[in-house]
Amino acid sequence: MDTLLKIKDLYVNAEDKEILKGLNLEIGKGEIHVVMGPNGAGKSTLANSIFNNPQYVKKSGSIEFEGEDITNSKTDEIARKGIFMSFQSPEEIPGVSVENFLRFAKSKVTQEPVKAFAFRKEMKDYMTKLKMNQNYAKRDLNVGFSGGEKKKNEILQLLMLNPKLAILDETDSGLDVDAVKTVSEGIKMFKNSENSVLIITHNAKILNELDIDYVHILVDGKIVKTGGSELVGQIEQEGFAQYRVGEEEYEEEN
Amino acid sequence: MKKKTKIEDINSNIYDFRNEDDYDFKMKKGLTEEIVKEISKEKNEPDWMRDIRLEALKVYNKLELPTWGPDLSELNMDEISTYVRPKSKLNSSWDDVPEDIKNTFEKLGIPEAERNSLAGVGAQYDSEVVYHSIKEELVKQGVIYTDMESAVRDYPELVKEHFMKCVPITDHKFVALHAAVWSGGSFVYVPKGVQVDIPLQSYFRLNSPESGQFEHTLIIVDEGASLHFVEGCSAPKYNKVNLHAGCVELYVKDNAYLRYSTIENWSKNMLNLNTKKAIAGKNAKIEWVSGSFGSKKSMLYPMSILNGEGAKTEYTGISFAGEGQNLDTGFKVVHNAPNTSSLVNAKSISKDGGVCTYRALVRVNENAKNSKCSVSCESLMLDNISRSDTIPVNDIRTDDVEFSHEAKIGKISDKTIFYLMSKGISEEDAKAMIVRGFASPVSKELPMEYAVEMNNLINLELEGAIG
Repeated sequence: MDTLLKIKDLYVNAEDKEILKGLNLEIGKGEIHVVMGPNGAGKSTLANSIFNNPQYVKKSGSIEFEGEDITNSKTDEIARKGIFMSFQSPEEIPGVSVENFLRFAKSKVTQEPVKAFAFRKEMKDYMTKLKMNQNYAKRDLNVGFSGGEKKKNEILQLLMLNPKLAILDETDSGLDVDAVKTVSEGIKMFKNSENSVLIITHNAKILNELDIDYVHILVDGKIVKTGGSELVGQIEQEGFAQYRVGEEEYEEEN
Repeated sequence: MKKKTKIEDINSNIYDFRNEDDYDFKMKKGLTEEIVKEISKEKNEPDWMRDIRLEALKVYNKLELPTWGPDLSELNMDEISTYVRPKSKLNSSWDDVPEDIKNTFEKLGIPEAERNSLAGVGAQYDSEVVYHSIKEELVKQGVIYTDMESAVRDYPELVKEHFMKCVPITDHKFVALHAAVWSGGSFVYVPKGVQVDIPLQSYFRLNSPESGQFEHTLIIVDEGASLHFVEGCSAPKYNKVNLHAGCVELYVKDNAYLRYSTIENWSKNMLNLNTKKAIAGKNAKIEWVSGSFGSKKSMLYPMSILNGEGAKTEYTGISFAGEGQNLDTGFKVVHNAPNTSSLVNAKSISKDGGVCTYRALVRVNENAKNSKCSVSCESLMLDNISRSDTIPVNDIRTDDVEFSHEAKIGKISDKTIFYLMSKGISEEDAKAMIVRGFASPVSKELPMEYAVEMNNLINLELEGAIG
């Protein structure tokens, strides 16, 4: 296996509370991985830690991307190395249009000037495929977007920025059935034999359409079980109870 | 280790180049009756204008400094030269403008803008206008665009009727000062029904240290006519205080339209105490677009007086205060007739301890039935040491009015920065993007090249360190 992302024995605190407690995860080129877990298990912390969000403090362990240590790299550098994250609740940026933002981000990620005509065409094509109204290109980024529109917009960014590894942070929350379909189709459009996807979720709906290679169960800051797509069905039936240690209550995670 | 160079240390600001303090005549410092008389004599003025100056000086001596707003006690008029005549006469061709002065305006992009997108240009250097031009076809339609001194000489009746009438000399201390020592500025008259489709622009540059600029802008847009006027200002930085106390008087007659746009980037040693007022007639419309970036302290509150039934005004403005800056700006409107309306969209950005205050007045008089007024002001603070205040005064004397006021103060959140950085954008670019987005309602209202200039100014302000 050609390793793309390797997380080794990662301990991370958020607001002085230990959230990740020795997490290990390896993602190979061309694979789709799913991390499932109950609320409070550390799913959002995992995504934020890969991107070195300063709000999350790494205590020990390491993260490598294509063999290079990115544990303490800056967020934007990590993105430029080819990792993308789709946000659960994307931020609103008044006065910056979807199109201008995308063009700027693309020039930064590819580190070369964006050719205006080709960019426009590519964007329009993807918008059509994602069933997005073309007017969205002119609208302020995420401002006044519905939950579904915000999600589609994240998927549009994924397709346009074309990373090596796409991390989808609870992509299916707040989507209706049609939108779930669009998003999973977006992932299918993106996916090829070279790039990889990490879907972090507590909800199995979106996974039905996708060809998943590995499923990891995250409980209390650790991967407690790794298996194939059959685990998805099992979790749907039985929940996470069997993996929980003791009777402790899990806090709601934001 | 690579040493970081602070932008303040290297004067890389494109506005910061300075020419040698080379002048034809520099008035001795201070302010006395003799000095005022001498300015008037130097200008070969008619007696009526000299009398206005002397009257204004008396008022100036009587009035106190404002007791509110930024502290102005550092201003010592005994240290300020009120009149600096550049080594140039008024020219109508750039070729005749002396080389160093011409280079200044070349660097500021004025002749280029003139070629590309303006119907006329005025350029003032220190106290005098050194260049003025207007397209021939506008002259044929009777449009007048000239420097203020020529207007006093050539159109005395028009000037007498309007000069210091919209802004009375008793308004406040710096208006009185302005009227006593004014020099330069532009005069515009657009005759009835004439539409000036492309903007006229005046640019004011103060090169000389420890001096004041007191230009007077008088614009009359006659019935049914329309105009877009653009004003730009800048100065290089000196260690001593410079003073700008200009005055803008705008007359927008019945059914006329005027848009007055300003991009101001005075150096950070300037006290900018400018006064701007407009009087709008029946169904007239006056729009203000204003970007304030420079100066050490500003007190600037453009005012619209809606005297005619159905008159409208709009104000779109942004102030950006960095380290050591205290920008006290805002908009005033008086609804003085039925069915009048005003729309205010004010924004401010403060960083590195900069202070922005939005100080505003909305007055709706009893006779202004069925009027509408909507005010929105929003501020953005880029750190915890900066300050932003909103001080609105609403004086509404009729029930028959639709009035709304909305104020928001915000910060750039870490979450937003993280979101943008996760898409490959550096922290600095992310901040600049958020700030440009915040400012975009204003830059959208500016002519293209000024919108670009404003974005450049924002980038320049945000570039904390280079190298």
